[in-house]
Formats: sequence, C-alpha cells, structure tokens
Amino acid sequence: MLLATTATYQPADYLPILIQLGLALAFVAFSMVVSHLVGPKRHSKVKDSSFECGIESVGNARTPISVKYFLTAILFVLFDVEVIFMYPWAVNFRELGTTGFVEMLLFMGLLLAGFYYIIKKGILKWQN
Amino acid sequence: MGTSLFYFLAFVALISALGVVFAKNPIHSVLFLILTFFAISGHYLLLNAQFLAAVNIIVYAGAIMVLFLFVIMFLNLNTDTEPHKPALAKVTAAVAGGLLLLVLIAALRNVTPVGADAATFDSQIGMVNRLGLVLYQQYLLPFELASVLFLVAMVGAVMLGKREEGERNF
Amino acid sequence: MEIPLLAWQGLVILAVFGITLLIATYSTYAERVVAAFLQDRVGPDRAGPFGLLQPLADAVKLFTKEEFFPSGANRWLFVFGPCLAMTTALMASAVIPFGNTLIFGDGTEIRLQAIEVNIGMLYVFGVVSLGVYGIMIGGWASNNKFSLLGAVRAAAQAVSYELAMGMALIALLMVTGTLSLREITLQQYNGLWNIVYQPLGFIIFCVCAFAETNRTPFDLPECETELVGGYHTEYSSMKMGLYLFAEYINVFVASAVMSTLYFGGFSFPGEHWVYNTLTQSQGELFAHNVVTILGTVTIFAKIFFFIFFFMWVRWTLPRFRYDQLMRLGWTMLFPIAILNILVTGACILFFGAKDPKIEAAKKPQTTETRTVVRG
Repeated sequence: MLLATTATYQPADYLPILIQLGLALAFVAFSMVVSHLVGPKRHSKVKDSSFECGIESVGNARTPISVKYFLTAILFVLFDVEVIFMYPWAVNFRELGTTGFVEMLLFMGLLLAGFYYIIKKGILKWQN
Repeated sequence: MGTSLFYFLAFVALISALGVVFAKNPIHSVLFLILTFFAISGHYLLLNAQFLAAVNIIVYAGAIMVLFLFVIMFLNLNTDTEPHKPALAKVTAAVAGGLLLLVLIAALRNVTPVGADAATFDSQIGMVNRLGLVLYQQYLLPFELASVLFLVAMVGAVMLGKREEGERNF
Repeated sequence: MEIPLLAWQGLVILAVFGITLLIATYSTYAERVVAAFLQDRVGPDRAGPFGLLQPLADAVKLFTKEEFFPSGANRWLFVFGPCLAMTTALMASAVIPFGNTLIFGDGTEIRLQAIEVNIGMLYVFGVVSLGVYGIMIGGWASNNKFSLLGAVRAAAQAVSYELAMGMALIALLMVTGTLSLREITLQQYNGLWNIVYQPLGFIIFCVCAFAETNRTPFDLPECETELVGGYHTEYSSMKMGLYLFAEYINVFVASAVMSTLYFGGFSFPGEHWVYNTLTQSQGELFAHNVVTILGTVTIFAKIFFFIFFFMWVRWTLPRFRYDQLMRLGWTMLFPIAILNILVTGACILFFGAKDPKIEAAKKPQTTETRTVVRG
C-alpha cells in the first residue's frame, strides 16, 4: 500500500482552503439572501419587542454580566497559552526524553500551584 | 503569486487595523481586530511558519478576543451612561499616539532587512517539531520563566476579580 | 501545487462539502428517528417513504418563514452571528482525511482530504475556537436578556472545555509524535488503534466534544426550561436554520475527528489481507484503489456510529446544572487530563524502547511503503 507521508510542507498546501472558504461563504450568502427574499415581512410594535415570556421588557439587554465569566476567560487565556507551549513539547517528546519530561514537570508544577491557589480562593465556585 | 498574495494580505491587515481604531461600536472593533489577526496569520503561512500561524489564530483570535468580548459585555454599553470625554483628553491621546509613531519610525528607519540565503535556506524550519527542539533545548530558561509570569498573572486576575458589595449583574 | 492537481483537490473539497451538508440535513431526520425509537414512538413518517423527505420539508419551511429583527437589535451583527457560526462549522472539515489516496493509470495521485498540513489538528482547534463568536455575537446583538445569558454561558462553557480537550490531545500527541491527521491515521494502519494507548484521553476528549458542540448533557446555552431558546431566542427563518445546521455540522466534524484520532480513521481490520489478495489477482494499482474506497466507507461508518452515539446520549441523559458543568470542566477533567499526560509520559519513557509504536512513529513512511508500479 502506498502510505507515503508528505516530506516537505509548503505554503501552497493551503491553497485548496480558499476553495472551501469560497464554497462556505457562497452557501451562507445563498441561504441568507433567499430567505430574505422569500419570507413575508409584517411589522408591529408589540411583535418587534424582544421576547421575555410575555412580560413587558424593562430596559435593554446591554447590561453588565457577572465577573465570574470574565475571570473564566482570563484563566482560559493563561492556561490556553500553557497548552500551546505543550504542543511542540509533546510532538518531540521522544527526542527530548527524560530531560524534556523534567523540564515540563517544572513548568507544570508552577502552573498547578497557580491552579491550586485559584481553587482555594473559590474563583471557580459557581454555587453562590 | 506569492508577492500578490503578500500585498493583498498587507492591504487587508492595514484596512482592518484602521477599522479597529475608527469603528464606533466596540464589538465591530473586536471583529476588525480578529480580521487583522487572520491577515497576519496569512503572512506567517506565506513565510511557511505554520505552527506560528495556527498559534496566532488559537491564542489571539480564539482566546484573547473572547476575553475582550467578555470585557465589553462586562462594561455597561448604554450610550447614556458613557462618560463624555473632554477635548483635552482627545488632544493628549493624539499627541501620545503620535509620539509612539515617531519612536517607531525612528527605530525602524535605518534597518536593512537581511534576505534569506537561497542556498542554505531550509523551508521546514517553521514546522512544529523543529520549533520544539529549539525551544526546549536552546531557549529553556525563558520558557521556564514564562511559567512564573503566568503564576503572577493568575494572582493578578484573582485580585482584580474580587466581588464588591452591592453589584447588580447577571 | 500544479493547476490540474488543484482542480482535482477542488473536486474532492466539493464532494466533502456536499456530503457534509447532506449528513447535517439528514442528522435532523436521524435525531427524530432515534428519539422516537428511544422513547418508543413512531417518529416522522408523513413526508415521503419513512418520512425521508422531512428534512426537505423543514428546509422549505425555514426558507419561507418571516425574517424577524427585534427592536433595538444591532442589525448587522444580528445577521453576522449565524453567518459566522455556519462558516466556521463548514471550514473545520478541511484537514480530516476521508480516505487514503486514489491513483489513476497515468500516475495522478489524489488525496481524499482537502489539505494535508503539518499542523492538521491545530487547524481544527483554531476553527473550533472561532465558532464561539457566532454564538456570542448573535446572542449579544439580539438585545434580549435570555439571548445574552445563553451566549455568555455558551462562550464560558466552550472555553472551559477547550482547555481539557487540548490537554487530552497533548497525551495523544506524545504517543503519535505528529500533528498531521493523515500521519496519525497511517500510524494506526500498522499498529493498534490509539484508543488502546489512550483510553482515558479518549473519554476526556469525548466529553469535551459534547460540551464544544453544545449537545445534551451540556446544552445549557439553549436550555429551554430556563432560557427560552437561549442565544437563538430571537432568531427566525434561515438565520435560525443556520444555527441549528451549524450544530449538526459540528457534531459531524467532532465525530470525524474522534474516529480519526482514536479509532483508526480510514483503516479497518483486514486491510492488509484484502490488499495482498487483490494485488495477486488484479495488480497493485487496483488493490490500492479498492482498499482506499473501502477505507472511505469505513471512516463514514465510524462517523455514523459516533453521530448515533451523540443522539443516544442526548435522549438518555438529563442536563447538568451550570455550576456542575463548570466544576466538571475545571476541577475534574482538567486535573485528570494533566494526570493522563504525566502517566503517558512516564509510560513512554519507561517502556519506550520495547514499544513497536515508537519505531513506527519515528519513521512512519518507511514501514509498509512500496512504490506502486505506475503506467
């Protein structure tokens, strides 16, 4: 069986992605335009107001959200960068051997200390 | 082909970067910034730095911009509550930005870019396995120091996120 | 890349694109049939034989419904939200190998994969991480409190589970040593499927895939008992259709990624026997193409099984509460994934030399490679 893998990767490998992007955009544009043209349009003041289970809505929905979500996003950014750092390490795991493993243990140890601190501070508790 | 793609991507990057600054709606600014990151990733791909291109999308467009969106939603976006900026603040901002531009121009004026030597150039240098070997052997100390930086950032985030009495939100 | 090859690759992309849309369309039908089966009901049976035209009827209905803009909504962003969700969903399938290569008599070789790149898996990650914008922007632009809550919940959930997903993937990469999905599949051609090496990693990955696609038991962004319709409360006609459609395409992509990473992708048991038998009777070229086609059938069979699994879970399990969901993601899956990495690393260092998988990973292309006689 011919199981050859690519030996050298070139930027031109990405060209077919443009075809896929074009198809995706064409499909999205087609469905938006057709549904815009086909559907009826009847407006009224009550119908256009935002749906809140029949109760008259108070104010608008541009209201601040809980700080918990914001903290989750910050922690996500930090740990995401950590995960990104681990990709080149994991791919080369065998070449780097025990030395690489110890290096990563040190890196992860510090981050886990931070993780422990966050858990202890109750940042990830959503019950209250 | 490569050159025209470069100019196209540079054009998109510049236009969308201007869009970030000039958009009235902060959500539009975020979307323009995402487009800018895509154009920059396109440049990385042209340079065959595939891992860098993917990381740019995942970290900047995927993670940090989500944080920005949360921050925008975290703030009160009603027009009536937006504080009116005095003219002095605008002038100060323009002067500060202009000075930064001046410094950048002065720093980059005399730079002569060194082109790659075609004979010794290795096109596979930007692949993830090459990058890993260099990062974990040659640049080990900066890498380990980065984890200390993350730790500090985590503590900072926890301090910032302390709840205040009498907050009302979702 | 030469132009004729690009044209062939374009044809492959077109086929994959069409199949993706077809599978997404019929997933809506399958969902109802599976639900009916699990709840001992009849299910859709009016439109066409066995109700097979039901998706078509749904599409016509969605297209002809009124396009609705709530007052106070940001019109451009309101339209842009579902467009973004759908575009990102459709882009994700580009790096998935739906088969090995097809070789024609004149030596033209076509990969049944849109692009074969060094960072294949990271591409999927990048596109998936963008999917959250469609939901967030749509929910925010609706100017509805339920939509806003649904959108914010969806975003926080998606980012939380993306972490554990990445961690589960790291352990797999330590075994395979490459990010290219095609190479990962070819390694499983010779050795065992990766599920044998990474059972815990697969469970974490699978749970996170459910959370990333917003399927039950993680469908809090649209839990109708609290949030009406969640982020798409105010949406109607095809804009709503695109959101629903994007969800099914994401399920399809998640199934394809899981079967490629952990269940051998387009490899199937007995392929070497089929290949050797056919080589003797029909020649190498014919045997190679037949094995490729059988492989494509195999990966779709695996994908259909996983799609069924998604539906099975949906109609079996109740929904999590939001604090339970966040606790599961951060304080359970994340530490378990790190533990999995440590155990995997220790195992590779300890048993490394004896494991045949390692030799296969070091030189994936030399094992079993034979040049096909061309012409």
